[in-house]
Amino acid sequence: MTTGAEVLLWVVVPYVCLTVFVVGHLWRYRYDKFGWTTRSSQVYENRLLRLGSPLFHFGILFVLAGHVMGLGIPKSWTEFVGISEGLYHFMAVSVGTVAGVSTVVGMSILIYRRRTVGPVFTATTKMDKTMYAVLATVIVLGLVNTVISNVFGHYDYRDGVSVWFRGIFRFSLHPELMAAAPIGFQLHALAAFALFALWPFTRLVHVFSAPLGYLTRPYIVYRSRDDQLGSRKPRRGWEKVK
Amino acid sequence: MRPMAQMAMVMNLDKCIGCHTCSVTCKQAWTNRSGTEYVWFNNVETRPGQGYPRQYEDQEKWKGGWTLNKRGNLALKGGGRVSKLLHIFSNPKLPSIQDYYEPWTYNYSTLTDAPAQQHIPVARPKSLITGNDMKITWSANWDDDLGGSIDHGHKDVMLKNLGDKVKFEFEQTFMFYLPRICEHCLNPSCVASCPSGAIYKRSEDGIVLVDQDRCRGWRMCVSGCPYKKIYFNHKTGKAEKCTFCFPRIEVGQPTVCAETCVGRLRYIGLMLYDADKVLEAASTEDDHDLYEAQRGVFLDPLDPHVIRESERAGIPRDWILAAQQSPIWALINTFRVALPLHPEYRTMPMVWYIPPLSPVVDIIRDTGHDAEDGRNLFAAIEALRIPVEYLAELFTAGDTAPVESVLRRLAAMRSYMREITMGRPADESLAAAVGMTGEQVQDMYRLLAIAKYDERYVIPPAHAEQAHSLEELATECSRDFDRGPGMGGSGPFGEGSGAPTPITVENFQMLRDRQTSDTASATTSTHGRVNLLNWDGHGKPAGLFPGSDVSQPDQPDQPD
Ligand code: SF4
Ligand code: SF4
Repeated sequence: MTTGAEVLLWVVVPYVCLTVFVVGHLWRYRYDKFGWTTRSSQVYENRLLRLGSPLFHFGILFVLAGHVMGLGIPKSWTEFVGISEGLYHFMAVSVGTVAGVSTVVGMSILIYRRRTVGPVFTATTKMDKTMYAVLATVIVLGLVNTVISNVFGHYDYRDGVSVWFRGIFRFSLHPELMAAAPIGFQLHALAAFALFALWPFTRLVHVFSAPLGYLTRPYIVYRSRDDQLGSRKPRRGWEKVK
Repeated sequence: MRPMAQMAMVMNLDKCIGCHTCSVTCKQAWTNRSGTEYVWFNNVETRPGQGYPRQYEDQEKWKGGWTLNKRGNLALKGGGRVSKLLHIFSNPKLPSIQDYYEPWTYNYSTLTDAPAQQHIPVARPKSLITGNDMKITWSANWDDDLGGSIDHGHKDVMLKNLGDKVKFEFEQTFMFYLPRICEHCLNPSCVASCPSGAIYKRSEDGIVLVDQDRCRGWRMCVSGCPYKKIYFNHKTGKAEKCTFCFPRIEVGQPTVCAETCVGRLRYIGLMLYDADKVLEAASTEDDHDLYEAQRGVFLDPLDPHVIRESERAGIPRDWILAAQQSPIWALINTFRVALPLHPEYRTMPMVWYIPPLSPVVDIIRDTGHDAEDGRNLFAAIEALRIPVEYLAELFTAGDTAPVESVLRRLAAMRSYMREITMGRPADESLAAAVGMTGEQVQDMYRLLAIAKYDERYVIPPAHAEQAHSLEELATECSRDFDRGPGMGGSGPFGEGSGAPTPITVENFQMLRDRQTSDTASATTSTHGRVNLLNWDGHGKPAGLFPGSDVSQPDQPDQPD
């Protein structure tokens, strides 16, 4: 029997956050293309960034890949192609630990840099700070979960959290699975959804501009003159209602 | 053949007095915003000197531009596509603010707010990056006029190949100014380095622009440009660069830097080139051949075949005409006095330079000889290896022959015209010595020395289907005759309705009229209005005062 609180936490909150995530991105892309950037601070400081940024980014990319595997692919599928529980576990833990540790180390360097390098700190907005706090919470909780569930407990998230997570997208809701998950996983999930809701309003949007098209496009880009630029079209005689 | 048009510039370095007016007016127009404090789309560096950003020419360090790979193919020196993406989280070759300089302001308010005190209050420098007090140690032109070059002049990258021949002791040195803007290259490595594809070359006029809505701040262009003419706006997180003042160019006006140049040394015009040949030319094996290779890419706008192909490629008729009258074509091809800056970067730059003869002239004069005499000048060009070699490092990848040939032409012009000015018969042998006719020398003199406004700038306005409704194009309404229904731009619903002539256009046109007129105050009809913004205080613009003998029947009597 699921309680109202469980439904709220494991059904309502995810849907609200995902809606904000999608609509927020559409809105931001529509109205703030100019603000859609990495807001790199490399010109201010390079020594720490050169270390921290690749560690963090490559780490988090592997973590992402791990999540796609763990959350997105049902256990029955991996077993069907012959990956045994043990092998899967071994891979997840070994790659996951390396990726997780490098993410956390990279992130620590980057946060230390943000705080201590004058120009970088001055260029940090409130939104950045909020985002950093939530992101760090998600990552730390995730790493703690991995450690705890491997060393102490035997919670198999692929029978719990993963099923619940996939259910959100298939509209087959299993709040009871989350309610039964260890508190660490619960917190990690909630923090992650908070991050999703925050995502479109932070610099994290740069994730969606990963320039993969660069690999295939010709080097030199030609483009016809844009009538909107130098010589503008006549404006409407009326103003849009804001 | 795939003809394309390119807006290009030539600067005549002999005339640059290093006043930085171009830099300042450019900054006022384009980079006076926060985030771009350290950015100078136009900068003027004293050479020999390190330049701005410091030592930007050291491509072994910065890896800008193109290079030939082992197979002899053109490749980005900073690494290809895959390597760029792998380094996207931290660009290994990005200059830091310190390589440019840390911008600052002064807390001027202490000067006025300080309480009465014994000591004079001081306005301290404050960093515009951190906001803290700072010590000023470098700027965009710190080594102006060879200032401090005894200490750091040898850091000039170009001196590497000259050994320690260049001396910085006052009596032994030479110097000249090098104003630099973006080269609007035919083969721009900035465009090629941009992972987002946000930088593009305009197909109409070849101006290279950053699409601010598509730039994602990956910073690869900053390191990709060997001239370091792309800057990172540290507030917006986007790349910015010289725009060749495209809104002005589109209406036929020169760039701000050119318009305001005190030495009147900048030339702007079109070049036609064959886009199909660019890659091949840029892949020329020997660095020394790149100058000629690039000249080979240009198309002769008078060649009927080229004209036909250009028209087929959609280049408008008046643009082809403008290309025929282009001062750039004349300086690069007819007179052959303009050279590209650092052709060895293989980006096919399109801002070219007439190297200065002044270092040579100065030395002759300082040794008490006649510096106008052709024979003296020719001999000096041959004897004074150091300035010539230095210029060659800048303009021809170290090959002194083209530089010498240009300097000899300039020298010939100098003494040929001296004879004429002195009322003596012209010495045709001088012209012949540099492979020109007397007439050509005089033409060149007219273009270089008289340098009339409309000969320096031959800029055809942009074409747009909606030319009539474009904001910045002053196409007038046929009803705009005096007291006609149009009434100077006011529409059918009374004063202020309809589209008035935009003030910018009016300023542009009047400025041009003033620049090209022979009288103190040329006037343009503004339909009874006077644009005081453009009145230089001389003469009396028509319409400033109401005519005394004109009755104005349609003005209702004002009761006193
Ligand atoms: S000079 Fe201008 S066009 Fe050429 S590579 Fe640099 S920024 Fe690009
Ligand atoms: S305004 Fe002209 S003369 Fe003055 S520094 Fe600039 S290019 Fe040289």
